[in-house]
Formats: sequence, structure tokens, C-alpha cells
Amino acid sequence: MKPLAGILALQGDYEKHRKSLKRLGLRVRYVRSAEDLTGLAMVVLPGGESTTMSLLLDSTGLRAPLHDAIAAGLPTLATCAGTILLARELQGDTGSRKVDPLGLLDATVDRNSYGRQVDSFETVVEIDWALLGVDDPKPMLPAWFIRAPRILGPGPDTHVVARYEGEIIAVRQGNILAITFHPELSRDTRIHAAVLGFGTA
Amino acid sequence: MSKKNGSSNSSNGSKKGGYSTKVGLAEMLKGGVIMDVTNAEQAVIAERAGAVAVMALERVPADIRRAGGIARMSSVSMIREIMASVSIPVMAKCRIGHFVEAQILEALGVDFIDESEVLTPADEAFHVDKHAFKAPFVCGAKDLGEALRRIGEGAAMIRTKGEPGTGNIVEAVRHMRSVQGEIKALTVLPKEELMTAAKELQAPYDLVCWVASKGRLPVPNFAAGGVATPADAALMMQLGAETVFVGSGIFKSDDPQPRAEAIVQAVLHYDNPKKLAEVSAGLGEAMSGLDVASMDEQDRMATRGW
Repeated sequence: MKPLAGILALQGDYEKHRKSLKRLGLRVRYVRSAEDLTGLAMVVLPGGESTTMSLLLDSTGLRAPLHDAIAAGLPTLATCAGTILLARELQGDTGSRKVDPLGLLDATVDRNSYGRQVDSFETVVEIDWALLGVDDPKPMLPAWFIRAPRILGPGPDTHVVARYEGEIIAVRQGNILAITFHPELSRDTRIHAAVLGFGTA
Repeated sequence: MSKKNGSSNSSNGSKKGGYSTKVGLAEMLKGGVIMDVTNAEQAVIAERAGAVAVMALERVPADIRRAGGIARMSSVSMIREIMASVSIPVMAKCRIGHFVEAQILEALGVDFIDESEVLTPADEAFHVDKHAFKAPFVCGAKDLGEALRRIGEGAAMIRTKGEPGTGNIVEAVRHMRSVQGEIKALTVLPKEELMTAAKELQAPYDLVCWVASKGRLPVPNFAAGGVATPADAALMMQLGAETVFVGSGIFKSDDPQPRAEAIVQAVLHYDNPKKLAEVSAGLGEAMSGLDVASMDEQDRMATRGW
């Protein structure tokens, strides 16, 4: 049977990730409770509002089981708000409700680091595919930065996979790929495929 | 007049304000609740309750109805105060066709501009050219033709108009069903009938063809207008809305904070009646409502714009 991919679907652009995973021919399940975590080959933490997702991780009882599944080695792709949720520490969390991150990614993540929506942008970025265990002759990837965070001060086992204008925009730490932008807004599924591959490497 | 396209390319190959970047933010707001707020204190209540964004406005629609007169863009200082008090996106409304109010909102750094029938229209013939802006726009629609006209002008998100400030969901249901029904009808038409369909819908032909082949709108489709209870929010989600705007429904109710929290839960668990029963318990009185059928035609906001 085809591998089953899970997407944390508390809020955000889980629909776009579903399309990317379907394009890869995977079965897809929206994760909204602890039971939904069983049998997954990978999980995606999508973009969206990290304050809302953090609150809903608690109200659904998903916080501990999701933390434990990722800590136990479940291949994990985090985009934008998902990366904020994984961080060890946050900066720029200036709102009235603080995000309570899972602390699984050894890095500080700076929220809304490029400014507001008028500062959001699209571009192409260069990925170090070798660090993802992939031999890809085409390093460039279309990327959307939407009220995006920045990754600061990664720890010794958190490897930089991509930079944009010198700033870290993607890191790999074992079974986790955490990025600050949105590859799921294009038809390019190479990032999703690479994370699925973490499970077999 | 405004420039042709609001996006800008920089020397490093990046592009700000492109259409896909605008629609991208709308995608990020899916599965959430966007709440109308009139001051920083309400914005904080909304953010703490789990709102994905707030809509900054001078008065909620129920009070705009009561006050009468001309409803305009909110005051700049109030919008700034709300932007400073929360980390989630802040939206604000401009009058239909009032592109200078939109320019001011963009200059303020508002994350999404709502060209809204809740305010008194500034132009009876023309809507804003939304492609001319870097900031994304949301517009209301009663049916598919209206939705596609707004998308043609550059809207990155569509919402039902509903009948704002009434606490009555009937119009939002009518608009959502009408958009969904017309989309379904298009998907079964042979190609040669699509130009006539475009003529009848009064919608751009290329967008009609796109919808006919994909079976959905090219931008996120949200619900607004008359949502007062968790059940109303879940109803709109089950009818195909991807996020719910709540205007007067929260801050015109007896106890806004628990109601706001309950509506957030209702949108997440929209297809789980047991959960809906749980979150609907003990909320106090919802806002008192207005019967849309008995309203005078000139009191209706949904008929503003075309």
C-alpha cells in the first residue's frame, strides 16, 4: 500500500499540502486528534497562525502525542508557522497570546521577521539537496515568504539547508526539515518527497 | 489614477505583492475565525480566543445600522493601535470603490483590505482596481458572477455578503449555496456552452473556464454576515466555507470571550456534532437578531455593489 502522510490540520494551509502529497501519490490524513498519528510515514506542520495552532494543540490534546511522535523520529516537514511551533525559543512573539512552542528544533525562530503582508514576497531559493539525502541536479526551488519568520542561532546538530540573502531559511535536524517559506504554493513536490525519504534513509 | 500593477520586482529576483503571494495569505487563514474588533482591548480578546486575524472597524455592523449616516474607513489611530496590540494579521475595510481609502490602508501596513458593503459605497458603478495594490483584498459576493467579477478585479479572497449586523444567518446561507450551486452547474457544461454561461453570469470568460474545469473558486471562499453562534459558524463550514468572519456576533453578545473561544472550537470541529454540543454549552445570550425578510430594501447592505 502507498505510504500514509499526515498533515496537522488544526488551522492553516493544510489543503495546499494535501495537494502536494497527493501529487506524490501518497495517501493523506488530516491530523486533528492523537489517534490520527498512528501509522504515519511522515507528518507536515503547515503554515497558518501559530498563536491559533498553539492554542488548538492544547484543546485537542495533541500537544504531547505530536511532540512524542516527532521526538521518536517521525519524518517531519514544518513550513512557516509549523517551524515556529517546533522552535526551542521564540523572538518577536509580540502579541497578547504567546505561542507555546514544542521545543523540538534546536534554534531560535523570529516571528513575522520580514514585516507585515505588504513585505511578503515570492522568489526562487537554492536548496542543498545533498543535506536532504537527495541527488538533484536542479538546486533552485520556487518559494513564497508570507509574513515569514527567520531561523536564528541553530544548534550544532541543526544543519543549514538554504539561505536567502545570507539569512537561514531552511534547516535539517535529523528527521525534521524546518523551513520558513511555502513550497506547497507551487506544483513542485521535491521538498515533500525528500522528507518522506527521511524515513527510509 | 492608480498605477497598473501594485507588485514590485527587486534586483535580487524577488517580487512583492504578486497575486500568488496575496492568495497565499488567504490560504494561511483557512480553518479559522476572523473577528470584527473596534479597539485594542477587543483585539486582545480575539487573539487570546484563537482568532486567525482581526478586522479593525469603527463600529460593528449592528451599530452601523443603528447609527445610520455615512459609514467610512476606520480612524487611522484606531487601526494603528490595534496593529500594535496583536501579532495576528489585521484587516480593515474601505468603502466600495474608494481607492484612496484603500491606498491609506495599504500605507498603514494593513494585511488585508476588505472592500466592504458594510460601509457606505463611495462609487455606485465601479469597484476598486485591486491589482493596483500590494496588499491583498477580500470582497463580498452574493453569487458566482459577482465573485468572479471581484476576482477579475484582483480580489485574493471571496466571502459571502450575508446580511451584516443582523445576527441572522439566512443571507450568508443563500449566498454560499448560490455560489456552490453555480460552480457545480458549470462543471457539467460542455466547453461550447461556457461563453454563454459567462455572458449570463456577467463574469470573465477565462475565470468561468477555470471554475468549470476545477469545480471551485480560484481563491479561498469564506463566510461572513450574520454569524452569531458556534452552530452558525459550523453550518457555514459544512456548506463549504473555508473560514468564518464574525462581525457583531461576538462583541454584541452578553459575554464575548467565551463566545469567541467557542466559535473557534466550532470551526475546528465543524463536522463533529458531539463537540459542537459541548462548545455551545453555557454561553449566555447571543446577540439579538433582525429578521431580514421584514427589512426595507434600503436597509439591506448585501445589495450594495454589483
